Amino acid sequence: MTRIYFSEDHEWVSVDADGLATIGITDHAQQALGDIVFVELPAPGRNVAPKEAVAVVESVKAASDVYAPLTGMVVEHNEALTKDPALINQEPEGTAWLFKLRLSDAGELTGLLDRAGYDAFLASAS
Amino acid sequence: MVEFAGYEMPLQFAGIMAEHNACRTGAALFDVSHMGQAEIADTAAFERLVPSDITGLKPGRQRYTLLLNTSGGIIDDLMVANFGGRVVAVLNAGRKAVDVAHMRAHGVAVTPRFERALLALQGPKAVEIFPEGGALKFMDAAELTVEGIALTVTRSGYTGEDGFEIGCEAEYAEHLAGLLLARGAVPAGLGARDSLRLEAGLPLYGNDIGEDTNPVEAGLGFALSKKRLETAGFIGAAAVKAALEKGTARKLVGIKLEGRAPARAHAEVRASGAHVGEVTSGVFAPTLGAPIALAYVHTDFSAPGTALELLVRDKPLTGTVTILPFIPHNYAR
Repeated sequence: MTRIYFSEDHEWVSVDADGLATIGITDHAQQALGDIVFVELPAPGRNVAPKEAVAVVESVKAASDVYAPLTGMVVEHNEALTKDPALINQEPEGTAWLFKLRLSDAGELTGLLDRAGYDAFLASAS
Repeated sequence: MVEFAGYEMPLQFAGIMAEHNACRTGAALFDVSHMGQAEIADTAAFERLVPSDITGLKPGRQRYTLLLNTSGGIIDDLMVANFGGRVVAVLNAGRKAVDVAHMRAHGVAVTPRFERALLALQGPKAVEIFPEGGALKFMDAAELTVEGIALTVTRSGYTGEDGFEIGCEAEYAEHLAGLLLARGAVPAGLGARDSLRLEAGLPLYGNDIGEDTNPVEAGLGFALSKKRLETAGFIGAAAVKAALEKGTARKLVGIKLEGRAPARAHAEVRASGAHVGEVTSGVFAPTLGAPIALAYVHTDFSAPGTALELLVRDKPLTGTVTILPFIPHNYAR
């Protein structure tokens, strides 16, 4: 069964039973960014560490870094977004995932938030 | 909401793309009351601060001009309208205090009316929404009364589209905005204002022009009156004339990029690997569906068609110098 976690950098992480994590930006993040026109995604095979800038999401107005929420190796990125970045505005927490990570240490997940925790974080930040 | 020049401004309402497209195809309404309106009582004194013909500006007409420093640098760019009895300047929000101080230091009698509101109704359907202004042509100015509200109206704007800038006392602004929205204008924010003006090739003070840029290198030669240059009767005249005669080392150019990644302000511009300039404004252009930029480049690399590289996140993006505006202006001439 998959579980969904959230970071305070507005990423979501969905982890399946094999320890494969799918990562995207939250609905809150896409709303804050506005119309997304460009994405730059990490190449498969790249090893990433928490808080490392690994992807860029650009709206009409500004560029925003996406950070790796966990340690691991990129195994795939979402090619569909390269052609149609606006998908992120439409289904940020669904089909418009950014990349998949093979996690090095599933124990790091305890440092992330659950949905209720993320919602509380948003409420406290606004 | 974002902070801009000391004001809390809406970046967007429905979204920058939707608002941008509304302005290109219908009509968008911007609240630009942060800009400073100021009445100039003495145009002869004011004219000594700008390179344009202001004493010759006829009643009912508006003109773009520049406040220049002694080096020919741009203190501000502004619109000056002659409403018959009154001459009114519209100043950039971040510069209005500096402008008034500069004018007064040079003996210009100026009355700030910064409390007045200013609404920009822009787009090909602006005149359908505001038929009261239909008798005006591009850069005409008139005082009108609509629903009992006294308005200063000019047929101009900052989007490249037909449209109006409408000034009124602040207490009536909400009613006026409500009226224009009820007639079908789409509310638009600073984000769309920026993408629209960039597509239209219009410089933004503080980004593309400033005290360290002169009108010649900024491509604002149209604001220089031949007659005023001949008499050299304005601050900065010698520097501007020298720039015209000798040319400038750099020029502000438009650049269209390949791919989808925008190059933002301060991105380095290279030609065949060598540094030749810097981006001053950049955006993903919604109408073109491509990234565009304004940049100062060495004059040798400023000709349309010149291939350039723009450095974004340490990677060179390919761009081409493009004639401005990026999209044709659609003014009611």
